[in-house]
Amino acid sequence: MNALFRGKGWSFGFRTAIMLYFFCLIVLPIIGIYTQSLSLGWQPFWESVSDSIAWKAVLLTVKLAAIATLINIVIGTMIGWVLIRYQFPGRRLLNSLIDLPFALPTAVGGLLILLLLGPGSLVGGLADRAGFQIVFHEPAIVVAMVFVTFPFVIRGLQPLLEEMDQSEEEASYTLGASKFRTFVSVIFPTMLPGILSGAMLAFSRGLAEFGAVVLIAGNIPGKTLVASVFIFGEIESNNPQGAAAVSVILLTLSFLILWTVNKLQGRRSGH
Amino acid sequence: MRRLLISLTYVVITLLLIVPLFKILTGAWADGPGPFIDALKRPQSLHALMMTGIIVVVVTVVNTLFGVMLALYLVRAPWLGPKVKRLLNSLVDLPFAVSPVIGGLMIVLLLGPGTVMGALFEGIGVKIVYAMPGMILATLFVTFPIMVREVMPVLQEIGAQQEEAASTLGAYSWYTFWKVTWPSIRWGVIYGVVLTVARSLGEFGAVLVVSGNIMNKTQTATTLVYQDVENFNVVAANGIALVLAVFSVGLLLLMEWAKKRKEVH
Repeated sequence: MNALFRGKGWSFGFRTAIMLYFFCLIVLPIIGIYTQSLSLGWQPFWESVSDSIAWKAVLLTVKLAAIATLINIVIGTMIGWVLIRYQFPGRRLLNSLIDLPFALPTAVGGLLILLLLGPGSLVGGLADRAGFQIVFHEPAIVVAMVFVTFPFVIRGLQPLLEEMDQSEEEASYTLGASKFRTFVSVIFPTMLPGILSGAMLAFSRGLAEFGAVVLIAGNIPGKTLVASVFIFGEIESNNPQGAAAVSVILLTLSFLILWTVNKLQGRRSGH
Repeated sequence: MRRLLISLTYVVITLLLIVPLFKILTGAWADGPGPFIDALKRPQSLHALMMTGIIVVVVTVVNTLFGVMLALYLVRAPWLGPKVKRLLNSLVDLPFAVSPVIGGLMIVLLLGPGTVMGALFEGIGVKIVYAMPGMILATLFVTFPIMVREVMPVLQEIGAQQEEAASTLGAYSWYTFWKVTWPSIRWGVIYGVVLTVARSLGEFGAVLVVSGNIMNKTQTATTLVYQDVENFNVVAANGIALVLAVFSVGLLLLMEWAKKRKEVH
């Protein structure tokens, strides 16, 4: 490959172009938003953040994303396990369906939830009669987040299950351990890093989700207004300063998660 | 236990993925094909689909070129120290952590009317925010990591030996790339292209913020779905959504095919 970089003149220009593109497209905007949120000093930043509606929106988002992540950990672990370890009719079809939420536009996802659970739908009607509401309330937001982040845990877990050394498991059985014991002390520890990194990616995606949520959340400040929709509202009402302040909090949180995931994965592959 | 888990898997996937997919098919045809075709024949629908098409093509081409090059540099370049490489490597993932709305906001803050750079571009007659260039930029930002992340592991896995051998034997850099590197990363790149198309087709938050969602001007297919729902025109929204969903399912099939080929090589 060295040869690719050998032709001095043009390869230098090429390098610079790629690096400049990278810097301008990714790094510059992120620096921009941090400086913008602090452009008027700490005081206005603090005021925008401690504004009770903004604060409640961030807390609500964290809470709902955490619930959605927990749900995804449970169903994701189960589905990942079943799709790798068991042979049954329809397995390949189900496995290829898993990625659907990644391929489907999020706005379409939101519309679907509205159609399936909204007023006038079968489920929506039943829930209404039972005395609680789904769409335009918290349950719908959780459903949207679960739908959008559904593949993460499964796809994080599957490579680990595929690579798992069968002999460890067999050794455990040979030594007389029960099925349950083997699962808890041999199989599960192998699965854990995949579940964790998948869950963290799902959580950070849930925090960031906008398209699926905006159509079904109701967006009542302090109740069903999530952070990304709040930011959108601030932009629409021409308050980029407030939007940037909340963005910075959300961004910092997501960056921390991403960093942890990278650390986890780095340790696993032994770098 | 085994039976129970398999049936539970079927139940969850049916409820979460298959039922919605059917709903979108039946929803669009609920009142017969008439309203569905009318919804698609509206001038704003055709315009929105065209805008989405342009964005998808431009973004996919640009991202593929720059993504593959950057992946090559991050894995192979001798002029980047290991520390710099690691830093750049973690920067690549940033757009995955950024909410699309925030991605759009960043572009408005940097290039919007009233900013230094925005005014500069306006001076030479190029409108960025609330116009096509901004929408393309926003989508480029959001989809940037996909290609790099698909190609880098493949490059790491194949190692540099064959390429070094080729260049020792006197092959020119382009020749080495086409004859040695490209055949081994090809399926990774194709998989990355499919993912990029899917993501840019469905991009909503960033585009909504940057475009201003002006009908017949900067409206894309996804933002039209949003507007139709807001206007309680659910049947029309469903029509556009069906078109998008058909593309998504097609892409899903392509993904499956590319993944299989990728594993063979």
